[in-house]
Amino acid sequence: MKPSIFGYQAPTTLDEAISLLAGDPDAAVLAGGQTLLPAMNFRAANPSLLVDIQHIDGLRSIVVGAEAIVVKAMVRHREFELDADVRRVNPLIAEVMQHVAHIPIRNRGTVVGSLCHADPSAEMPLLLVLLGGSVIVQGLSGSREIAAEKFFQSFLTTARSHDEIVVEARFPLLPPMAGWAFDEVTRRHGDYAVVGVGCVLSLDESSRASGVRLAACGIADRPVRLKEAETVLNGTALGTSDLDAAVAASMAAVTQPDDINVSASYRRRALGTLIRRMVAKAAQRAQMAEVAS
Amino acid sequence: MTRMMKGTTPVRSADAQTEVELTVNGEVVRRIVSLRMLLSDFLRHELGLTGTHVGCEHGVCGCCTVLIDGKPGRSCLTLAVQANGYQIRTIESVASADGTLHPVQQAFKECHGLQCGYCTPGMVMNILGRFEEKEPLDLSDDGIRELLSGNLCRCTGYLNIIAAVRRAAELLGRTA
Amino acid sequence: MSTRTFGARIERNVDPKLLRGEGAFVDDIPLPDALHVAFLRSPHARARINSIDTKAAKANPGVVAVYTSDDIGALDIEMPLLIPHPSMTNPQTQRPLARGDVHYVGQTVAMVVAVDRYVAEDATALIEVDYTPLPVEMDMAKALSDGAPLVHATVPNNLAAHFVQTSGDPDGAFAAAEHVTKITVQVDRSTAAPMECRAVAARWEAVTGELTMWDGTQAPISVRGGLASVFGIDEDKVRVIAPDVGGGFGQKVLLFYPDELLVPMAAMQLGRPVKYIEDRRENFIGSSQERTQIHTIELAALKSGEVIGLRDFFLHDTGAFIPYGIAVAQVASTSIAGPYRIPNIFVEFKAVYTPTVQVTPYRGCGRPQACFALERAMDQLAQELGLDRFEIRRRNLIADHQFPYAREGLLFADGLKVTLDSGQYARALAMAATELGAEDFATVQAKALSEGRYLGLGLACYVEGTGLGPYEGGHVKIHPITGKVYVNTGLSTQGQGHDTVFAQIVADQLGVSPQDVIVVEGDTKAFDWGVATFASRAAVVSGNAIHKTAITVRNKVLQAAANMLDIDVESIELRDSAAWVKGSNRFVPLAAIATASNPLRYAFNKAAQAATQFAPSSKHDGPPLAEGEVPGLEATDYYSPSQSTWAYGVHAAIVEVDPGLCTVKIRKYVCIHDCGNMINPMLVEGQVMGGIAQGIGGALYERLDYQADGNLANASLMDFLVPYATEIPDVSILHLETPSPLNPLGVKGVGEAGCIAVGAVVASGVEDALRPFGALKFRQVPLSPTMIADALEQVRH
Ligand SMILES: Cc1cc2nc3c(=O)[nH]c(=O)nc-3n(C[C@H](O)[C@H](O)[C@H](O)COP(=O)(O)OP(=O)(O)OC[C@H]3O[C@@H](n4cnc5c(N)ncnc54)[C@H](O)[C@@H]3O)c2cc1C
Ligand code: FES
Ligand code: FES
Repeated sequence: MKPSIFGYQAPTTLDEAISLLAGDPDAAVLAGGQTLLPAMNFRAANPSLLVDIQHIDGLRSIVVGAEAIVVKAMVRHREFELDADVRRVNPLIAEVMQHVAHIPIRNRGTVVGSLCHADPSAEMPLLLVLLGGSVIVQGLSGSREIAAEKFFQSFLTTARSHDEIVVEARFPLLPPMAGWAFDEVTRRHGDYAVVGVGCVLSLDESSRASGVRLAACGIADRPVRLKEAETVLNGTALGTSDLDAAVAASMAAVTQPDDINVSASYRRRALGTLIRRMVAKAAQRAQMAEVAS
Repeated sequence: MTRMMKGTTPVRSADAQTEVELTVNGEVVRRIVSLRMLLSDFLRHELGLTGTHVGCEHGVCGCCTVLIDGKPGRSCLTLAVQANGYQIRTIESVASADGTLHPVQQAFKECHGLQCGYCTPGMVMNILGRFEEKEPLDLSDDGIRELLSGNLCRCTGYLNIIAAVRRAAELLGRTA
Repeated sequence: MSTRTFGARIERNVDPKLLRGEGAFVDDIPLPDALHVAFLRSPHARARINSIDTKAAKANPGVVAVYTSDDIGALDIEMPLLIPHPSMTNPQTQRPLARGDVHYVGQTVAMVVAVDRYVAEDATALIEVDYTPLPVEMDMAKALSDGAPLVHATVPNNLAAHFVQTSGDPDGAFAAAEHVTKITVQVDRSTAAPMECRAVAARWEAVTGELTMWDGTQAPISVRGGLASVFGIDEDKVRVIAPDVGGGFGQKVLLFYPDELLVPMAAMQLGRPVKYIEDRRENFIGSSQERTQIHTIELAALKSGEVIGLRDFFLHDTGAFIPYGIAVAQVASTSIAGPYRIPNIFVEFKAVYTPTVQVTPYRGCGRPQACFALERAMDQLAQELGLDRFEIRRRNLIADHQFPYAREGLLFADGLKVTLDSGQYARALAMAATELGAEDFATVQAKALSEGRYLGLGLACYVEGTGLGPYEGGHVKIHPITGKVYVNTGLSTQGQGHDTVFAQIVADQLGVSPQDVIVVEGDTKAFDWGVATFASRAAVVSGNAIHKTAITVRNKVLQAAANMLDIDVESIELRDSAAWVKGSNRFVPLAAIATASNPLRYAFNKAAQAATQFAPSSKHDGPPLAEGEVPGLEATDYYSPSQSTWAYGVHAAIVEVDPGLCTVKIRKYVCIHDCGNMINPMLVEGQVMGGIAQGIGGALYERLDYQADGNLANASLMDFLVPYATEIPDVSILHLETPSPLNPLGVKGVGEAGCIAVGAVVASGVEDALRPFGALKFRQVPLSPTMIADALEQVRH
C-alpha cells in the first residue's frame, strides 16, 4: 500500500498555493494528511500534485472573537481540543473533539481538513452545521464566506471550487446560558460516527425551550440540521410527547442506506435515541447554567 | 540458478527526488528521497531504524507511531518530504545508551505488556508522548484505555498494557 | 538459583530487545540491493483469464521482472494437500499464480519484481488481464444445490468433503429422549489479523549454492523441506529462518503461500535478494481465514436436564481451496460435546467451496463454532426445562472420577481417539459462579431493570484438545566458556514466550538461572527436526522434549562433576550454575565441567583453568574420548505424545445492553481455566487474555463482509473492527491446575483457549439482558447493533 507518483510543492504564500492548485486540475491540498494519505496509500486517491500548506504564514492561529472562534487552516484537532479559551467559551467543542479519531491522529489532522473532506459521518462538519458556522475560502477570484449548510453539498463534496483553499472556519460561540450536548454511536471508540447528534438550546423562565438547534451526522450524504424537530421542540417543556414528536419529525432525514456497519432502520433507532438523550442532556445543562447564574 | 553474474544495467525508478533534512533522535540527517516516500519507510529503510513498525499503512494500527515535534503521530501517514525540518523521535532513542530500559519500557517488561512485540514500539512512543505532554493525565482505567486507543495489539488483550501504563506512572512519579 | 522456576512468574528474556526496538522481523533484516515484489491479484471472485499482457509493466522504469503462470516453469503446480482425508472429493489446492481460472478476489495472478515496492505496485496496475467474469454463489446452502455456479468446474455441487462420525447409539438416545431441543446457529467469517502481516525475503548465494529464506512462518522446518524438494536442492543447502514474528494465530502456517515459492525463485533467477512484504489489504484478501459454519444441533434430554444424545449437522465454508483438508471441520465435530458426558453423538458435516480466500485454522480452529452451537443449545434446553443455566451444566459435566473419558468412535484431527484426560469440570463451574456473583445476580439484575438498565448473565464451558503430535525435539548444550545453556527446538515463536518457558524447564534441571538459558528456535540451521507451532502444542510437545533432554544433560553433569570432585553422584547438587558437594562449600562451575568434558581444551579462559584443578570428568582408560561417549555436555531427544491433552474452562460474564443504541458493554468477565501444570502463570494469563480479546472481537466486532459478488467490503483495519483497548473490559482469570497424566511435565496447551467460549458467553448474556422484551434469540456472532435492533423491532420495541 504505497502511493502512486505525484509532484510535491510546499509554498510559503497563499497566492502561490492558489496558483499551483489552479494550474493543475488533479492537484490536491495537503494539510495534516490524515485522510488524504491513507486514501493515497490505498491508491483510492491519486493526485498529480500535492500542495502542502503547512509552511504558509498565518494559518496556525485560533482566535476567539466576540461572535465566533476563528480556526485557521493548519490548526490541528488536538490544538483546538486543548485550547483553554475555546474550552471556556464553547465547551461543546472539546466534548465533540474527544470523539474524533485518536490522539495521534488528532495531533496531525486539521479541523479545516476534516471540514474539506466532508465525510457525512465526521464530527467536525456536524459541529459547524450545528453551530451555524461558516468557512472562508480564497481562490483566484478572491475570497468568500460560505455558510456551513451551503458548504457541505453531498458525500465528500463541498462548495469549494478547485482553486480555492479554505483558509479558516468560524465556529459561533454558544448563546449565553445555553445548554449543549453531543454524543454518538460508533462501532469502536475513535471510529467515525455511525450516528452522532448534537444539540444546543436555551430555556426561558418557565423552562420552555427556545433557540433549539439539533444536527446529526451519519444519517445522510452530509451532516444535517434537524429543522423539523427544532420547530417541534421550540416553545415546549421538552416532555416525553414533545420528544416523541421531534423524533418522528426527524426520521425522514435518514437517507443513508444500509452499509457494512449498520442498517438504515438501525440508524433511525439510534437517531431517535440520541435525539432524546441529547435534548435531555442539553436541557439539564441549561438548567444548571440558570441555577449557577 | 546460474552462477553467471547478472548484467549491471542499472535499474532505476522514474521517481522524482528531493533532499530532506530532519532531526532524528537528536541527530541531523540529510538524504535524497523520492517524493512519495513515507516517513515510516524513510526511518526504516533509509536510516535503518527498524524499531518503528508498519502494520497497516492507513493510520489504524499505530505500530508506526513516532514522536513528531514531540507529539505522537503516524509515520505511515506522513511523507518524508513533509517532515522536512521536523524533529522525529523513534523507539531507538528511548532506552539509555547502555541499554537500560526507560521506565515505560521497564513497566512493559514487569507487567508482561508485550508478546510478539510488534505493536510495542508504537505503544511505547504513544505513551511516552502523552507522559511528556503538559496536559494532565487521566490515570483511571478508562483514561488509560482512552490513551491507548489508537494502538492495536493483537496478542495481549491490552490488560497488561493498561497495567504497564499504571506502573510506568508509578516509576515516573506521575499521579496525573 | 536453586529454587524451582517451574510455576514462577518469570519476566521474559526476549523483552528488552523488543522494547528497545531491536527486534529482527523479516522486513528488518538488512539485505542490500534487495528487489521488491508486488502481486497483481484477481478483482473477480470467479473468472476465466483469456489473456495477460505484461508488456507495459515490464517497460515501466524500475521493473526488473514480471511473472505469470507461464513464466514460472516447474513451480506452475498445485500446491500440496497437507492433510489428506478420505472424506474429500477431488480436493483442490491453489497454484502460485492463477492458470486459466481465478477462484476468489485476491488470488495471485502475476508477480512484479522491481527496485522498490512503490514501483512494483505501479507496475501491477499496468498489467492488462482480459477476464470473462463467471457467476458466483456466496450462500453455502445454495452453493450445494444442483445448478449452482461452481467454484471449480471439476467439483460438482461445490461439495469439498462430507463426513460423519458417531459415538455410542444416537438413534437410541433420541428414541429414549423425554425432551428434544433443536437450534440453528452461525459463526461468521473472520481472520487472524496479526499485527505484522506475512513477510518473506530470500537470498541465493550462487557461489556456495545456498538458499537462505527469512519467512514469518510458524513452520520453518516444513518450509525448508518443501523448498529443497521443489527446487531440487539438498536440504542442507536451504536455510529457513523465522526471525521475530509479529503474531501468527494460525495464519502463518501453510505450505505454501505463493510468495513462499516465488520469492526464492526470483532470488535465484535474478541473482539479487528479493523481498515480499505483504500489506494489510493483501493480508485481508490473500492470507488464510476461518470460521463460517452453520450448525443445526439437537439435544436429546431427560426431564432432569441430563443430555443423553446429540445430533449435529453443519456446513463448513472452506473457501476456494482446501489445503488443510478437513482439519477445521474435524476439530469442530470432535469438540461438539464439550465437557459434557453426552454418551451418544452423531455429527455430520459438509465442507463447501465458496469463491473466497481459503480457510485454514485460525486460533480456535473450529472450537469456537462447536462451543457456540453446543452452549446456545444448552441455554435453550435449560430454558425449555425451566432449569438454571449453571444447574443444567452441572448435571451434565464429566465428573472428576470419570477421567480418562473416551468418546469411542470420534477421531480427532490427529487421527487419534478423543479421550479427555483429566479435569475438575464441576469445580471450575462452581468457581465461575462464585467469582461472577451468580447467586446474587437476579437481585442485581432486577434492581438495574428498575433503573432502566438491562443486565444479563452469560455463560459457556469449553474443552480444547491441545498438544497434537506427531513429535518435537529438543537440544540442550552447556557452553564450555560461559557455562550458559543453549537450547534449541524445531518450533518458531510468534510472541508466546517460548524462550522463557523452555528456559525455565531447563533451568530447573541444571540449577541455572533462566536468564542464562538461551533458547534459539525458528532457524533450520540451529535445529532441523520438528513440525511447527500450531494447535496449542509448543509447551506440551517441545516442552516435554526439552525436559527429557535436560534430564539427560543433568545426568551427564552429575556424573562428570562427581568424577571431578571425586565423590559419588548422590552427593552432588546443582545450583547457582555449579555442581556442589551437598552440605559443603566445595563446588565446580558448570562452565568448568563443560570444558572438562571436552578432551580438547582451549586453555585461554577461566573455565579451562578452573577445570584443571579438578580430577578428570570421565573415568576410563584408553583414548581421550571413550567408545560411545560424546564430548561436552549436550544431548538431543524427542517427545511424541500418545494423544492430545484436553484443557478446558468456564467463562461467564455480566453484560449490559442499551436497547436504544443496541450496544453491548461487558461489565464483568470471568474466566476459569485449566491447562494442567503451569510453567509460567504470567505467560499463561497473557495467552488466555489475548485469546479472550480475540474472542470479544469475534463476538461483537470482527466479521469479514463478503458481498454477493464475492468482493470483500471491509478489507482494511478501518472497517474490519479489531478491538482497541477501549473495547476490552477487565477480565478476572482464575486457574485450576489439574496435571495431565499424559506427559512428564503434566502440562496441557493454552494458546487457543481464550477465544473459544466468548461468542457463546456474549450471546447468552445479551439474550438474558433483553428477556424483559420477550424471548429474543441471538444465534449468530458477531452480534451487531443491527441484529439487536432487528430482534427488538420484531417484538415492537
Ligand atoms: C485511523 C483514523 C481514524 C479517524 N477517525 C476519525 C473520526 O472518528 N472522525 C473524523 O472526523 N475524522 C476521523 N479521521 C480523519 C481525521 O479527522 C483527519 O484528520 C481529517 O479528516 C482531515 O484532516 P487533515 O488535516 O488530515 O486533512 P488532509 O488529509 O490533509 O486533507 C483532507 C482533504 O481535505 C483537503 N483539504 C485539507 N485542507 C484543505 C484546505 N485548507 N483547503 C482546501 N482543501 C483542503 C485535502 O485536499 C483532502 O482532500 C480519522 C483518520 C484516521 C487515520
Ligand atoms: S502502520 Fe501506521 S498506523 Fe498502522
Ligand atoms: S504484542 Fe503482538 S501485537 Fe501487541
